[in-house]
This record gives sequence, structure tokens and C-alpha cells, in this order.
Amino acid sequence: MKYVTVPKLLPRTLARIDGMDTNIVDMNQGRPILKITSLASHYGRIQALFDVDIEVFEGELVALVGANGAGKTTLLRTISGLQRVSSGSIHYRGDDIGSVPAEQRVRLGISQVPEGRQVFGPMSVEDNLRLGAYTRPPEELRDSLEQMFDMFPALREMRSLAAGTLSGGQQQMLAIARALMAKPKLLLLDEPSMGLAPLLVAEVFNTITMLKDQQMTILLVEQNAQKALSIADRGYVIETGRIVLTDRGSTLLDNKEVQTAYLGV
Amino acid sequence: MSAELLQFIFSGITVGAIYALVGLGFSIIYNASQVINFAQGEFVMIGGMATVSLLAAGLPMPVAIVLAILATIVVGMALEKLAIEPARSASIVTLIIITIGASIFLRGLAQIVWDRNFHPMSSFSGDKPINIGGASIVPQSLWVLGSTVVIVIALWIFFHRTRFGKAILATSFNSDVARLMGINVRFVLLFSFALAAMLGAIAGILITPIILTSYQVGVLLGLKGFSAAIVGGLGNPMGAIAGGFVVGIAESMTAGYISSDYKDAVAFIIILLVLFLRPQGLFGRKISERV
Repeated sequence: MKYVTVPKLLPRTLARIDGMDTNIVDMNQGRPILKITSLASHYGRIQALFDVDIEVFEGELVALVGANGAGKTTLLRTISGLQRVSSGSIHYRGDDIGSVPAEQRVRLGISQVPEGRQVFGPMSVEDNLRLGAYTRPPEELRDSLEQMFDMFPALREMRSLAAGTLSGGQQQMLAIARALMAKPKLLLLDEPSMGLAPLLVAEVFNTITMLKDQQMTILLVEQNAQKALSIADRGYVIETGRIVLTDRGSTLLDNKEVQTAYLGV
Repeated sequence: MSAELLQFIFSGITVGAIYALVGLGFSIIYNASQVINFAQGEFVMIGGMATVSLLAAGLPMPVAIVLAILATIVVGMALEKLAIEPARSASIVTLIIITIGASIFLRGLAQIVWDRNFHPMSSFSGDKPINIGGASIVPQSLWVLGSTVVIVIALWIFFHRTRFGKAILATSFNSDVARLMGINVRFVLLFSFALAAMLGAIAGILITPIILTSYQVGVLLGLKGFSAAIVGGLGNPMGAIAGGFVVGIAESMTAGYISSDYKDAVAFIIILLVLFLRPQGLFGRKISERV
């Protein structure tokens, strides 16, 4: 069992983090891949997000931590397009995508692993993966499938089983693989460790670290703040629909308020 | 097996195949939207009535049939675009009531466009009964059964072997996640209405030479197709087919051995029994899913 407690930072990432304390965002060159500006969103009459500002840069792993019901999932759903934006804007690679339907955002390169895995239970593991690549030309499918089976060998053995019969950990791997089949440029992960045994939680975080090492841009939503912040480049803390803190992942881990509120220190 | 029993079975599977096609239409739309489309029976009526009127206009039968099916598909898509889609954020019950309203509207429209009379249609290949084991079966019954078999196989291949078919299945399991895969679920819904309308129209055309057609045949055929879908487990297409045959055979047995007065009640007695004893349907199974 291999726990990831120290982030496996690449030299590139280290260089970026070295010597910055205050405004870390400015240290990243170029424009952010995702820029959310004063975003608000409602469920009916209830406002779930207030004035949210978030930026994610290419190759970054950004963690969004907060308690149950703080608005983490809502925020991800507004980015993937399942939830409507009430005001504010979401810019993805420079374009405002606020009114682009969810199914089109996948084509733009935004792929979400939904909360609670939500694999297509009665369909086979392979069909789930194939649906993940629904937006891509069919001739590229075979190679991508092989890639996923190499990355998650357990899935290869279970390719013809109904996805619903897999264990929770296997379903999480399938859900991640399914999202990767779309060849995303921005991967949104919603509570990937939810409901998993500690051993599997470690495995999920290893997978995320591995994706980060492959330069995948990731926005990770987690209740497990300890683990999420320890592998993240930067983190945001969300409380009752508002971003209350943002800093480097390691700095947030040392923050007194964060420690008492989310780390149980 | 007595010739009499065989005779009842023949007529049972003939109407059963029709209920199966109608039930499939219910299942397909239910899967795509959780809506029970009570206008399904009107698709059956429009298919038959349109064919009859096109034949009367002098068109050859194959042309009339194809045009009638296309016309019904257009009606199905219009129903989705004009009545269901604008209200898609409404509750499911509201949408179901909209379909009931649409069915009344379509029936009214049919009375204006056509008339209130019963219309016959000639069989596809003659009316000379074929004798099997002392019972007789009309050639049209063979058309009904043969077409149903072909359609069921084609649908199975479509849903399990094609990309778009699987996308429709995925939408039925979880439409939000289907959107995250890049599936346009609004198009899936429109397509489902078109497919259900096509199945209804085919059923209506196949059965018209046996039972005649009029502006109101859709009511009973639709409800019996609905029972077929319930008996088989709503949303389970293969169940709807089996359910169609169960309802059809039960109906013809009742008509033969008890009284044809009770024939139409059988379908509803079966619904009640199934809902009391096995609410997931005879062929519905509880999906095993670990979380």
C-alpha cells in the first residue's frame, strides 16, 4: 500500500511554486485554461453559489475543499454545464462557455467524473468506456481503450461485466477511465474518494497524482481535505457557496483555520 | 392440442404482436424521459387511417404504407417539439397529462381530417385462410407476426450494437451523465418519439385489415399496449414484447372460453394483478448495483 503524503512534484511545478507566497496565480505564465468570475448559481429560488472566482492553469492540480453542502458539486456542475449559471462568467481557454450546452462542453475538452461514480450500471465496462469516447472519431477508440486497460488493468479483466456489479473502488476507476476516454484538457473530479475504504482512497489519490504527472489539468473537489490539499498545487476553500480562502495546497494545510475546520487537527 | 385451443392461440398471438409493438413504443419513450406517452395509441390510429386514405387516393399499397409511416413519424416529432419539449422542466405527471391532452387533440383532428366511420383495408396478400392442425390462420396474421419478429430483431441490433443505440440506453439509465459523455439528450428524446411513432404506425397498418380502423381505435389499442408494457416491466423493451403476447393470448382465451364481453377487461385485470403481485413487471428484475 502506497500512501501519497508528499506531493510528487515535477521539477516544472517545483520551479513554479518556489519562492512564491502571496499571489501565486501571477506566477503562472499565460492565461488560465479555466477562469470563473463572480459566478452565482441557483437551485430554484435557493442560491447555491455566491460571487465565486476561480482560476485553473494548464497542467495544474487545483483542489476545492469544503464541507457537505458548501456548493462544491454545484460549482463543478456549472463548469460542466449541467447546472445553470445565474450571473458571472465561466471562461474556458478564453471563451465564455456559460451558455454552451453540457454535451458541447465535452467536445471542447471538459470532462467530469460525477459524484458517486454514476457508471451506467446495466451496461458492460467496455460499453461504459466506449460511451466516454462518444464525442471522438470511432477509429481512435481501440487505441484509447487499450490505454485505459493498461492504466487500469483490473478493468481489462472485467471488460464484459456489467459495470453495476463492480466494487465501489473499481467503479471509481471506471468512472475516471470513462472521463479520460474523452481525451479531456480539463478533468473535473467530484469526490472521487467518497464512500471508499482507506486502501482504495489511497489508490484513487495515486491515480490522480499519476494523471497530474502526465500534465493533466485537474480540478479536484473533495471532502477529504487532507489528502486533496497534500497533492494539489493550489487549493480553494468553499463555505456556504462562497470561496473563503485560496492559497498553495501546502500552505492551506498549515493554515490554522483550515486545520480546525477541515483537518480535525 | 385441440383445434379450438390452437385457434385461440393463433388469434391471441396476432393481436399480442400488435400490443407488443405498441408496448415497445411506450417503453422507448418511457426510457428516454420517464414519460408515459398516452398518445401512443393515436400513432396506431394515424398509421391505419392515413394508409386507408392514401389508398383511397389511388396510391399503390407500398407507397401508401411508407407515406403513412412517415406522416406518423412527423406527428410524433411534432408532439415532442411542440408539446413536450417546451414543458420539459415540468414534472413528469404534468408531461403525462400533456400526452393525454395531445391524444384527445389528435383524435379530434382525425375526425375533422378524415371522418367518424370505420374503414376496411384489404389484406396484404389475400384472405385465403391457411389450415394448421385443424385451426386456420389468415395470411395477414403471418404478416403481423413476421413484421413483429423483424422489427424486434432490428431494434435489438440497434440498441445493443450501434453507438447511437447505446447512447439512447445510456440516456435512459442516467441522462445527466449521458450529457457528460457528450450525448445530446434532447435529440435522443426527439428520436425516441419518432421511433415510437413509427412502431405505432406499423402496428396500426398491420392490424387494420383484421379489425378495421377508425378515429378512435387508438384508445383501446393504446391502453392494451400500455398493459403490455406494464406486464413486462415498464421500460423493459423485451418485457413489453412478452407482455404483449401475454395480454393478447389471455384476451383471446377469455373471449373464446368465457365471453367476448369480457375480452377488453382482461388487459386491465392483468395490469391490476401484476401491480399487486409483482410491481416490477413479470420480466422486470431488480437491478443489482453495488454502491
